[in-house]
Amino acid sequence: MALDRWIALILLGICLIYGYAAWFTMDGGLAPFMRRNPIWPSTFPKVLSVMGVVASTIILLGLEKTTAKEAEIDYRRLGDYHLGQALFLLALMVAYALCLRPLGFLLSTSAFLMLGSFILGERKWLVMVPIALIATTVVWYLVQQVLGIYMRPFPGFWGG
Amino acid sequence: MLEGLLIGLQTALSLQNLLMVIGGCLIGTFIGMLPGLGPMSIIAIMIPVAITMGDPSAALILLAGVYYGAIFGGSTSSILLNAPGVAGTVASSFDGYPMARQGKAGKALTVAAIASFAGGSIGALLLMVFAPALSSVALLFHSAEYFALMVVGLSAIAAFAGTGQVAKALMMTVLGLIMATVGEGALFNLPRFTMGVMDLQSGFGFITLAMAMFALPEALFLVLKPRSAQASGDGEIKDLRISRDEAKAIAPVIGRQSLQGFFIGVLPGAGATIASFLGYAVERNIASKAEQDEFGKGSIKGLAAPESANNAACTGSFVPLLTLGIPGSGTTAILLGALIALNVTPGPRLMVDDPQIFWAVIMSMFIGNLVLLILNLPLIPYIAKVLSIPRNYLIPFILFFTLMGAYIGQNNATELLLLVGFGICATALKFADYPLAPLLIGFILGGMMEDNFARSMQLYDGIAFIWERPMTLGLLVVALVLVVLPSYRARRAKNRAEGVADGD
Repeated sequence: MALDRWIALILLGICLIYGYAAWFTMDGGLAPFMRRNPIWPSTFPKVLSVMGVVASTIILLGLEKTTAKEAEIDYRRLGDYHLGQALFLLALMVAYALCLRPLGFLLSTSAFLMLGSFILGERKWLVMVPIALIATTVVWYLVQQVLGIYMRPFPGFWGG
Repeated sequence: MLEGLLIGLQTALSLQNLLMVIGGCLIGTFIGMLPGLGPMSIIAIMIPVAITMGDPSAALILLAGVYYGAIFGGSTSSILLNAPGVAGTVASSFDGYPMARQGKAGKALTVAAIASFAGGSIGALLLMVFAPALSSVALLFHSAEYFALMVVGLSAIAAFAGTGQVAKALMMTVLGLIMATVGEGALFNLPRFTMGVMDLQSGFGFITLAMAMFALPEALFLVLKPRSAQASGDGEIKDLRISRDEAKAIAPVIGRQSLQGFFIGVLPGAGATIASFLGYAVERNIASKAEQDEFGKGSIKGLAAPESANNAACTGSFVPLLTLGIPGSGTTAILLGALIALNVTPGPRLMVDDPQIFWAVIMSMFIGNLVLLILNLPLIPYIAKVLSIPRNYLIPFILFFTLMGAYIGQNNATELLLLVGFGICATALKFADYPLAPLLIGFILGGMMEDNFARSMQLYDGIAFIWERPMTLGLLVVALVLVVLPSYRARRAKNRAEGVADGD
């Protein structure tokens, strides 16, 4: 089964769970006076769940004729592409999200930029380090001083 | 109207807004040039900046400048590298790249710049005429018609999605609408589908979603598969002049395609991409036999047609956004989200309540097109240098700006994890050839759609509004036809060329 139909199966599952919540569980807690209303909080979701189930079933069963076209990236041969780099970068983004508060903006961002280009194969540290440091400082200055959004610059134990 | 024009001119000519136009056009041109990054990603990244500025006119001027700047810049990489930066400029590479290979890169860039300028300016002129007319009609609309209009818009987006893609586009739209119902709606003051998670009480963040849908997958695609871009010829760009005869040849093309492109841009779902392909096809068909052979081998007409059409379409897509408050494309959906975040609701009341925003944006389009022309003609050889920025530096910065955008918007590190999670999902969807723009449009329209639906349900005490208001019924029938017709036609013409609609 092709990837698009697997995804349709997952989406069908999501729509069914969503629909179950909308049709059967949501109205339980509705206040009595709201029951007299022609529209309930669950009305719109009910309609959506039906449409979602129909659309995902059409894709799942392949009812609509599709012309096979060459995708930009063939997911069946993911290994041929720079998959490792992409996964490392995603992991780096998660690490950045977790470090941003505890380590402060300046440290985590310059590390992110340096490691990012390192993962992509850059080895010229003499170019990488200054670019990362300058860019980090400029962005921090712009966000903090010009846009006025507070971002903790240094690690928490440093103060600030 | 004259009064409006003057208000707009006054606002647009303030120092801050002039800087916004110039800045927006520059950023758009630079990033639009980079192969693989579309206008939606750039605008998504720019939104936090625009929102924190706090001034809606300045924000919209900046974002609009980025939008048409990106379409403008995309043509440069189409011509020089045969690697379109933006889907809307793919058609420009058909004739632009052969011209560059014949050593006429300078001439091709000039033709593109002039055609884009004319397309953008004529588009802005038409916008000035049609938007007020349409918005006075739109004032007659009830919430029932609004609801129906949004249904038409969403189904048109699905219908234009291309052959064999209708169900997928529909699915993505519904998914967007479903995601919009998560959180606490204004109508019921009741948290829905939050699964008890406090962070979901206010729903999904629109900026996070926009970044995750466009910027992140595009960056990941660049990582996975580096574009091999080869410069044409010796890379030297010289001889920017075009002769009088050539100017005479392209003038009618530009005129026709600006008009046609604008009206295609107004239609929901059919943006700059469709306009440029259609413009190219139409001009090839009506050209004389000798000229027809030139198409694809470096015809200036073949370059001028998509260039004026895509810029005019990009301006045309502002008509439904500004007059009805209904975005017809992913890009205008993002603009709508930014405006709502700035406490401005686009729609027929916009011209009455905030005339300075409405007119300033239109006026800034003229200024922006002029800026782009000035920027492009003499400076293009230098700007094209940006194409040689090594990707090792470019990609970490794109990822960083994506993260920053989501963080600044919410000031919440959990949002970053959500961004990465949604980004991975969006990349998987992109692998499987699901269009992502309908999801975001559905997400942004979802809240409004439900509000209007609920209001009409309450007014008519049930769904009677569908048959008691002929206009609503008519619109809903149109929506149904739009969805059913293409799949019916696709069955008949299986061998038709692949659909081309994505990316704006």
